Amino acid sequence: MNDPSPQDRPFSPGLAVCDLWVTYANGVTAVRAASFALRAGTITALVGMNGSGKSSLFKAIMGFLAPARGTVTLSGKPVSEALKSGLVAYVPQAEEVDWTFPVLVEDVVMMGRYGRMNLMRIPRAADRAAVGAALERVGLAELRKRQIGELSGGQRKRVFLARALAQESEIILLDEPFTGVDVKTENAIIALLRMMRDEGRLMLVSTHNLGSVPDFCDEVVLFNQTVVAQGPTATTFTEANLAEAFGGSLRHIRLGGGALHDDDDDRRVTVLTDDERPLVLYGPRDAETLVKRPPEEPR
Amino acid sequence: MEALLEPFAYSYMARAIAVSALVGALCGALSAFLVLKGWSLMGDALSHAVVPGVAIAAIAGYPFALGAFLSGLLAAGGIALVRRLTSLKEDVAIGLVFTGFFALGLMIASLRPTSVSVQTIAFGNILAISDGDILQVVAIAMLALALLALRWRDLMLAFFDEAQARISGLDPWRLRLLFFALLSAASVAAMQAVGAILVIAMVVTPGATAYLLTDRFGVMLGLASALGAVCGALGAYASFFVDGATGGLIVLTQTALFALAFLFAPKHGQWRAWRLRRATKAGEP
Repeated sequence: MNDPSPQDRPFSPGLAVCDLWVTYANGVTAVRAASFALRAGTITALVGMNGSGKSSLFKAIMGFLAPARGTVTLSGKPVSEALKSGLVAYVPQAEEVDWTFPVLVEDVVMMGRYGRMNLMRIPRAADRAAVGAALERVGLAELRKRQIGELSGGQRKRVFLARALAQESEIILLDEPFTGVDVKTENAIIALLRMMRDEGRLMLVSTHNLGSVPDFCDEVVLFNQTVVAQGPTATTFTEANLAEAFGGSLRHIRLGGGALHDDDDDRRVTVLTDDERPLVLYGPRDAETLVKRPPEEPR
Repeated sequence: MEALLEPFAYSYMARAIAVSALVGALCGALSAFLVLKGWSLMGDALSHAVVPGVAIAAIAGYPFALGAFLSGLLAAGGIALVRRLTSLKEDVAIGLVFTGFFALGLMIASLRPTSVSVQTIAFGNILAISDGDILQVVAIAMLALALLALRWRDLMLAFFDEAQARISGLDPWRLRLLFFALLSAASVAAMQAVGAILVIAMVVTPGATAYLLTDRFGVMLGLASALGAVCGALGAYASFFVDGATGGLIVLTQTALFALAFLFAPKHGQWRAWRLRRATKAGEP
């Protein structure tokens, strides 16, 4: 039962982006020369400001946008092939979903099974079992007959996580899963993501919630049209890298000297925020960066 | 009793009732999709845009379905072109193109009043429909309904969540094209029954009614289709007694059923909402 930590596993990239360029029809280049590789069984945060090309990167990974140059490889396969075998699941932002659409919770989760069904998409016993199990895991089994609009914000997020689970995909892309959810839901989602990681899935999470990144992400990709920095969270998610990725657009509060201490401790507290849960850096001391979690309540 | 069965003694009435029910079923099924996507204006546009094609086909002696389909496609392309090349909003693009097409259709029809009448295009005339036209309408409706029965789940996914549709290996654009092809076909069929002006009701009202009655898309689709069929048949049947325009009666029946659902739908009706509000008030000290 001695599983090696993710970093020690032999490296076979679950998701490899190689010299990727994405250019829109109007000539705007949203992604230039981006390269990174992520291994299975890890959670990676994709962090960058609005308009940094994160969603274009997502779209290219899902095959919605054809790269102008470069390649995306999913579990060793090109995108189109990977999509055909249902390798990729996507958890959309809440704003992208029409909550008034007449579908029940279980109907949405069943959509995750479409890729495995016959042409007429008639569910079999295996599909029903997968949907039931997924609902059970996210704790929505009781609410499976509700119309999706009747759910709370946190429950809504979990419906789409359940769909990704039912899809049994190796690679899961999550777009801003923490926007507008309370701390309890955030923790529940994080627990779920960790569980999925331990099953060997690869998750790429686009997020503005800088403060929670050190909590659950093994790796970080800092993005601004291209990869600014990539690597393990502890060494990559630093003030210097964040400053480079965000330019001047992060709220940046620094406390030091007399404002913070009465003694000769010369450390300073740095708060970095994209107006969601802030990242608080305390240090450095002894040439080591301490990443501290801020108190969860009150915000 | 005998008086109530009288319409069926006339073959033209029996045919009108059957064709109206069939067209109603198809339009009703499509309306379930249209109302969810907020595309009802698009349905209106398409039903008007097929008119020049029908008029030209009537004059040239081609099957009207072909003409309608081509001009519907042209209009859809025109709307997309205006959208892409200008920064005008979508409703403006739709309004521009469909009125232009409709006007062109009326003008062509009025140039050759012997082969096609403006009156028929605008208001339909299911009672005087020719055998050849019936054959076309029935063939179109059957084919379209069969396609829907096979692919409605894919269409639902593409309408609800395009990204998930793509990820599941579906092509949302191809599905959208299929939908608009079905909608043009339905518009042509419905034009015969209720006329171009009222086609919009056929592809909106049953879906709106069904939406108030259920929270499941599959059920909504079946309900909308059944509502369309029943209202089509009832309207055509009633026109025997009222001696009024069939199209008007069909749409009136649909609207009446919508009003009933609006007021008394079990979960989403106003009556229940009112009672709930009153109960909440009474429960407060």
